[in-house]
Amino acid sequence: MWNFHKWFERHSLILVVGILVVVSIGGLVQITPLFFIESTIERVDGVRPYTPLELAGREIYIREGCYVCHSQMVRPLRDEVERYGHYSLAAESMYDHPFQWGSKRTGPDLARVGGRYSDEWHRAHLENPRSVVPESVMPPYAFLANADVDTARMGDHLRVNRLLRVPYTDEQLANAAVDARAQAEPLGEHAYDFSERYPGAAVRDFDGDPARVTEMDALIAYLQMLGAGVDFSTYQAQAPENQR
Amino acid sequence: MASAVKHQESRIDAFVIGAIVILGLFYTLWGAAHATDRAFAIQMWTGFAAFIAGGVMLVNVLGRGPSAPDIASRYENGVVKAGVFASMFWGIAGFLVGVVIALQLAFPNIFYFEDFGFLNFGRLRPLHTNAVIFAFGGNVLIATSFYVVQRTCRARLAGGLWPWFVFWGFQLVILLAGTGYLEGVTQGREYAELPWYTDIWLTIVWVAYLLVFLGTIWKRQEKHIYVANWFYLAFIVTIAMLHLVNNMAIPVSFSGWFSYSLFSGVQDALTQWWYGHNAVGFFLTAGFLGIMYYFIPKQADRPVYSYRLSIIHFWALIFLYIWAGPHHLHYTALPQWAQTLGMTFSLMLWMPSWGGMINGLMTLSGAWDKLRTDPVLRMLVVSVAFYGMSTFEGPVMSIRAVNSLSHYTDWTIGHVHSGALGWVGFVSFGALYCLVPWLWKRKQLFSNALVEWHFWLSTIGIVLYITSMWVAGIMQGLMWRAYNEFGFLEYSFVETVEAMHPYYIIRAMGGSLFLLGALIMAYNLWRTARGDAPAHERASDVPVVAPVAAE
Repeated sequence: MWNFHKWFERHSLILVVGILVVVSIGGLVQITPLFFIESTIERVDGVRPYTPLELAGREIYIREGCYVCHSQMVRPLRDEVERYGHYSLAAESMYDHPFQWGSKRTGPDLARVGGRYSDEWHRAHLENPRSVVPESVMPPYAFLANADVDTARMGDHLRVNRLLRVPYTDEQLANAAVDARAQAEPLGEHAYDFSERYPGAAVRDFDGDPARVTEMDALIAYLQMLGAGVDFSTYQAQAPENQR
Repeated sequence: MASAVKHQESRIDAFVIGAIVILGLFYTLWGAAHATDRAFAIQMWTGFAAFIAGGVMLVNVLGRGPSAPDIASRYENGVVKAGVFASMFWGIAGFLVGVVIALQLAFPNIFYFEDFGFLNFGRLRPLHTNAVIFAFGGNVLIATSFYVVQRTCRARLAGGLWPWFVFWGFQLVILLAGTGYLEGVTQGREYAELPWYTDIWLTIVWVAYLLVFLGTIWKRQEKHIYVANWFYLAFIVTIAMLHLVNNMAIPVSFSGWFSYSLFSGVQDALTQWWYGHNAVGFFLTAGFLGIMYYFIPKQADRPVYSYRLSIIHFWALIFLYIWAGPHHLHYTALPQWAQTLGMTFSLMLWMPSWGGMINGLMTLSGAWDKLRTDPVLRMLVVSVAFYGMSTFEGPVMSIRAVNSLSHYTDWTIGHVHSGALGWVGFVSFGALYCLVPWLWKRKQLFSNALVEWHFWLSTIGIVLYITSMWVAGIMQGLMWRAYNEFGFLEYSFVETVEAMHPYYIIRAMGGSLFLLGALIMAYNLWRTARGDAPAHERASDVPVVAPVAAE
């Protein structure tokens, strides 16, 4: 038996092929079924693709590395459900390219932070976290309020997402740049059309600066929609199709 | 005649490398001109400058022709020497950033600057992890693998200028990554933060690395491929596979940095942690086990303890490691069957891990006395002990019930650092302490006493680090789930943050000691390379029988 190993030790290509075979098995068995087993993602009502402004906010969330300190994954444990709300479902991140579940809670979980605090609180907190939470160790993000969102490019962002099978409509694609502004301008001329295209999405001047659509607008718009999507009145956790 | 052929050969390499440099120049210039955002423009100008520097180096080398010592030496040592320098440089840079972010969490009022958003924790943390794992660890791996493969194959590095392409190409990856993270250029995937264009560049460099390594094995004058090379090969091949699959993405524009990953949600999560855990398994473990299998026998002057154990160790380790990823996703929306598989294989992984540890430690059979006199060997052996400790802790933390407490807390951070500082750090330091006298042809290190200082400062630093994180992590996990007598949650989240404060200070102290040790090492290695007289010939190791006369 030990003699047999000489094949690997004397032929580098056999060794390389052997390594490739051995290290491929685990990933193939674990990952590929997730794309084919239907029950991997629950069927729920209420999860919608991000609006252009929320998507821009999500880009800022990624850019600033928020995921290194904040998870977006409430586990089905008693204390977490009481602290943060219903445990997270796979369906809630099915449009997330990439996922942002995180791995560390230096700060609290954000999966259900949407609607918990006012826009003003978020603004004050982002500008100087210790002004509202004295014990916080979070960095300050005042600079977001001074940076305009490049709304013109949001059409490209939506197009790539649709390529990845996020169900944006042609109309949403065509109006991405307009919609990115409209969501932060409740009194603007496109506010009504925006609400038609994204039913249920909040239309507010998130950063309190009506003159501009800033990165602060985008990030708060994103944070305020987190976890608010799923209609839990129609979701049956104990139903057989939701047992995984 | 032979040298003429050789010269010809290197001309072909130079031609292909030159073509890559020119393509790089064109793309970076185009990218800079059409950049959709400022960060991308800075990245492209950085790349452009680097490619110009690369072109100048190439022309310089061609004009000079192969230098005399290059031809005289049987082995290519220059690129290994450069790797030693790069390892020390990036190591210290990475440790320093680590200390800074530790201080930020301990003293947020002092170490955050409202006007310098690029110094925020979220930007510096990827800079720290990438600098220590890929810049420090990567350079150590490339340098040691180039050294080991030549000696164990009795063949000069293959590919003429290609090893240098690998070296400088990898430094460019680091440069683009590091400056990019400060600008917020990231994919938002832990340990795979590199943007799409840097991913492509890294792929090119990595293929060249594989071919140089394999090419040298093909030229070998030994029948068998030595065990260290199996581990290096598994590291190179598997990292290529992980890198390619996990980084599949569509850029929003070819002149912008942002991209959307191919997968989403739960599938993306498992792909990422399949990558993430095996970046640990193959970058930080398999590669460094290659170091263990060469440098410990060499420094102890003993053969590897068991040949058969090394065969079992190798195949079992690489087969089992790949399955362990889902233990990062316990109790998440990942289907439970996948979580259970991940936990099961993580527990089994304990066995080959300790098999490897035993093989490393028992190599000292009959040479244990050297631990008293050779601090370098001691460093190598202690690294294997830390390896054993963290590969026991890992399986324990992969148990779902334990993980429900440890996950999301600083216990994980402590666990990672017992492996990273204790195992990866110490085995790298040990290898570098060996390499410098060997490469620069010095009889011994400049100072063994300074190695002792380095060893003890770092060890104390590690102990402070991991014990403070154990306490912090377990305490925070317990506080999160604590209920008061009325059945309500006992603590608000921010109370648990406040409770971390003293431990964050202790952690920062531990990290500082580790950094201090590395600085001492850099000084020691630099003096050794320069050829300064070993200090112990003047003082410490020699028993002082009479007061040394003042000079």
